[in-house]
Amino acid sequence: MISFTVEDRNGERQPIEIPEGINLSLMEVLKASDYTILATCGGLAICATCHVQVLNGLDALPEPQDAELDMLDTLPDADSDSRLSCQIRIDETVDGAIFRIKSEEPI
Amino acid sequence: MITTDICIIGAGPVGLFAVFEAGLLKMRCHLIDALPQVGGQLSEIYPQKPIYDIPGYPAINAQTLVDNLMEQIAPFNPGFTLGERVEGLERQEDGSYIVTTTDSTAIHCQVVVIAGGLGCFEPRKPEIINLERFEGKGVSYMVKNPELLRDRRVVLAGGGDSALDWTIFLAGIAKEVTLVHRSDSFRGAPDSAEKVAELAKQGRINLILQSNITSINGNGHLQEVTVTAKDKSETTFMADNLIPLFGLTPKLGPIANWGLTIDKSAIHVNVADFSTNVERIYAIGDINTYPGKLKLILCGFHEAALMCQSAFHHVHPDQKLSFKYTTVNGVPTF
Ligand SMILES: Cc1cc2nc3c(=O)[nH]c(=O)nc-3n(C[C@H](O)[C@H](O)[C@H](O)COP(=O)(O)OP(=O)(O)OC[C@H]3O[C@@H](n4cnc5c(N)ncnc54)[C@H](O)[C@@H]3O)c2cc1C
Ligand code: FES
Repeated sequence: MISFTVEDRNGERQPIEIPEGINLSLMEVLKASDYTILATCGGLAICATCHVQVLNGLDALPEPQDAELDMLDTLPDADSDSRLSCQIRIDETVDGAIFRIKSEEPI
Repeated sequence: MITTDICIIGAGPVGLFAVFEAGLLKMRCHLIDALPQVGGQLSEIYPQKPIYDIPGYPAINAQTLVDNLMEQIAPFNPGFTLGERVEGLERQEDGSYIVTTTDSTAIHCQVVVIAGGLGCFEPRKPEIINLERFEGKGVSYMVKNPELLRDRRVVLAGGGDSALDWTIFLAGIAKEVTLVHRSDSFRGAPDSAEKVAELAKQGRINLILQSNITSINGNGHLQEVTVTAKDKSETTFMADNLIPLFGLTPKLGPIANWGLTIDKSAIHVNVADFSTNVERIYAIGDINTYPGKLKLILCGFHEAALMCQSAFHHVHPDQKLSFKYTTVNGVPTF
């Protein structure tokens, strides 16, 4: 099992456990867990509406690729611990991580 | 006032195709879109991506599909109001509507079709104290007319391509250009990033890196911008215009207040004709929801065709509608 924690926009934290070997992105898991994120582009790293802040475990994650960094650069509230959740694969690298949802609430 | 049969809110692929289906039934259309160009998500988010599930096209580039749709509807001569957001909807005594925009454009129509997709693409706003107070008074989120910035002190914020491009462009027009970026490097097109660095070296622009704009001030109009660096030090300087350029994000906007049944930002419709709970208002494409809804372009096209059959009875109440293939009559124009 891979376990990590998600903090919603109100600061509430919820542990999430995912069986190993599932080919999903963090964005897909967030959507499946009923978190309100738009993820407009469906994971192509071109909408930035799946922005998360990595509160713990940033160094263990694979380095972001150019497309992700380019997109993060267009966000007003991105920081050095910002990532696009659609570009993070659920595998052992996210075990123990804490992610805070940063993208705006869709209305 | 503009007068038409159908006022279509949203010029995405579904709104555009609705013009064709309406035209076949001799109904005139006027389209309104908040974006300065037609094409909705295709032109705004993924113009260069191929789409593989448009019937008859094994693969088609998104922008090409939009261009083709424009060619297909040209014979019906639709009206366009672009770069304006629909704000108001007023029902008239005879059942018709007047639709109004942020720029006070008014359209009188018999039927309203909401093809608003994900909603309006609105600028992403940074957290800056007083930002909204100075909107239209020095703060804007796009450069509509660069001439208005001639000989002014302009501050741009952002690190993407549009921030870089406008910095380069305005360096030749404005009195003073300052670009503020939260990081210490630019990831936009390398060529533009180099040009910006060169302009800064020559002293033709001010480049403030590793910093964010945190507050702005002025007396009625923007006068001062305060920037906070990563090390928390603050600098305040004079400015006439601030242009934060952080891209666009979709918001449902004013449609949410029109008395329509809405669930999770989508409008409930009757699958027989895609009418909403309000008479003479239809919703097609990504903005609607019903059991089994798929947010696909081809589904939106189908919805547009069925919607027009129903709308016909409001536009031409005294005429009987008989279904004909386009192969029978060709494409009859007005
Ligand atoms: C990255 C990506 C890839 C995709 N790939 C495919 C694919 O391969 N195949 C497929 O079928 N679909 C695909 N889609 C989905 C497809 O783009 C949508 O289904 C389609 O764009 C919906 O069209 P629409 O006309 O309903 O809405 P949109 O394209 O969203 O257009 C709606 C328009 O309405 C305007 N608007 C909204 N509210 C207002 C208002 N109040 N005033 C003025 N204007 C307003 C908006 O500015 C917008 O331009 C993809 C989407 C994305 C993001
Ligand atoms: S879903 Fe669009 S960038 Fe992640």
